[in-house]
Amino acid sequence: MCLAVPGKVLGIEDRDGTRMATVDFGGVVKEVCLEYLPDLQVGEYAIVHVGFALQRLDEDSARKTLELFETLGLLQEEFGDPWEPAEPDANGRTEQPADAGDGAAAQEAKR
Amino acid sequence: MKYIEEFQDPALARKLLDDIRATVTRPWALMEVCGGQTHTIIRHGIDQLLPDEVELIHGPGCPVCVTPLEVIDKALEIASRPEVIFCSFGDMLRVPGTGRDLFQVRGQGGDVRVVYSPLDALRVAQENPDREVVFFGIGFETTAPPNAMTVYQARRLGIPNFSLLVSHVRVPPAIEAIMRSPSCRVQGFLAAGHVCSVMGTSEYPELAERFRVPIVVTGFEPLDILEGVRRTVQQLERGEHTVENAYPRAVQPEGNPAAQAMLADVFEVTDRAWRGIGVIPASGWRLSSRYREYDAEHRFSVTGIDTREPAECRSGEVLQGLLKPHECEAFGTTCTPRTPLGATMVSSEGACAAYYLYRRLDLEQKTVSREGASVV
Repeated sequence: MCLAVPGKVLGIEDRDGTRMATVDFGGVVKEVCLEYLPDLQVGEYAIVHVGFALQRLDEDSARKTLELFETLGLLQEEFGDPWEPAEPDANGRTEQPADAGDGAAAQEAKR
Repeated sequence: MKYIEEFQDPALARKLLDDIRATVTRPWALMEVCGGQTHTIIRHGIDQLLPDEVELIHGPGCPVCVTPLEVIDKALEIASRPEVIFCSFGDMLRVPGTGRDLFQVRGQGGDVRVVYSPLDALRVAQENPDREVVFFGIGFETTAPPNAMTVYQARRLGIPNFSLLVSHVRVPPAIEAIMRSPSCRVQGFLAAGHVCSVMGTSEYPELAERFRVPIVVTGFEPLDILEGVRRTVQQLERGEHTVENAYPRAVQPEGNPAAQAMLADVFEVTDRAWRGIGVIPASGWRLSSRYREYDAEHRFSVTGIDTREPAECRSGEVLQGLLKPHECEAFGTTCTPRTPLGATMVSSEGACAAYYLYRRLDLEQKTVSREGASVV
């Protein structure tokens, strides 16, 4: 819910009197409202939450975060089909991530 | 994530952990407020990488989890009405109400739609002028401004068939409620970074001073969490209790003034019930009198709903940091993400879901080895 994803502004337009932008999140492009960051320019990065740019972010930080989110599958979680996780699978189970149960490995690493 | 080598910058992770280990001289209990941070911690095994002296207590910062059952039941009733298109974030679909969830309402013919942004719900209202479109407005200070802007736009553009079912909550009163609890063990807080992106840090010094707890604004990535822990432990060891910003790339001290101004216009502070916790004074927002006509509760007069929490669910204790998810008898048996008893098991930010997804096999192995040991 509080996941906010860094994105790059590709273009800005006024729609019905509202400042809107097309924003690229590591390949996924979404419409984003800029009313809370009206000075944001094309080429700049911002933290975006549920379709609203909330805070500017420098490019280096944004790229690193996007890379990490991509690795963790968080972009799919944020922008994928929202009905999918809610649907039971054929065996009536919810999806398990590949790295489930890694706490044991972390414990191992700690030792 | 299996090893520290898999952190984005393993050398930095190791340095932060070494630093924490070198600093800590006695046990400390820190609470990460935000459910997103809880998931990062459990997913990456951060709680197990930290020295034993540092305990992380999971906080109530999962908006899906703390939305009261009564509000969920109101959502289910409104979503069941034939004239309504009910729009929501995906997180809310499987949150159990009394006996069913939004996913089941949809299966029974209710027009329930998942949207990425509240503005998408407003567009649905524009495209369907003969239907009532209701958006489920839940969330903390991060999510409230987008919802506030959507109501503002509905009025500005003259879209009468849009309304908001509001259950917004605020972090600072929750921190106060946690600190006032007689069973409170929390000695320092990792404050939720994106809440502070909006609100800034001005609400926290008074709390840090009054309760003598360090409050460190923290981000969501593994290295952010380690840095938040490091700074909190440093303060505790020095006997300090100030507000620090360990997430400066996304948090300015003043936050986002435009978003704060919109919140002040569209919402007003109100007491709010938190699921599993109870009423916390001044801990939420409702639509202000200027926007009351966009209040779905007012518009659909949903009253007299009989709500019943499953007695077996102990999510209230989990949300207050009094119980770890796996210490609940129902965990992984009668309560799973597939058949959740409470919201903490379904939400993408719920502590029970985090333990089930990332810690369950580890817990099962421990149980097996314990059982094996008792036989010998």
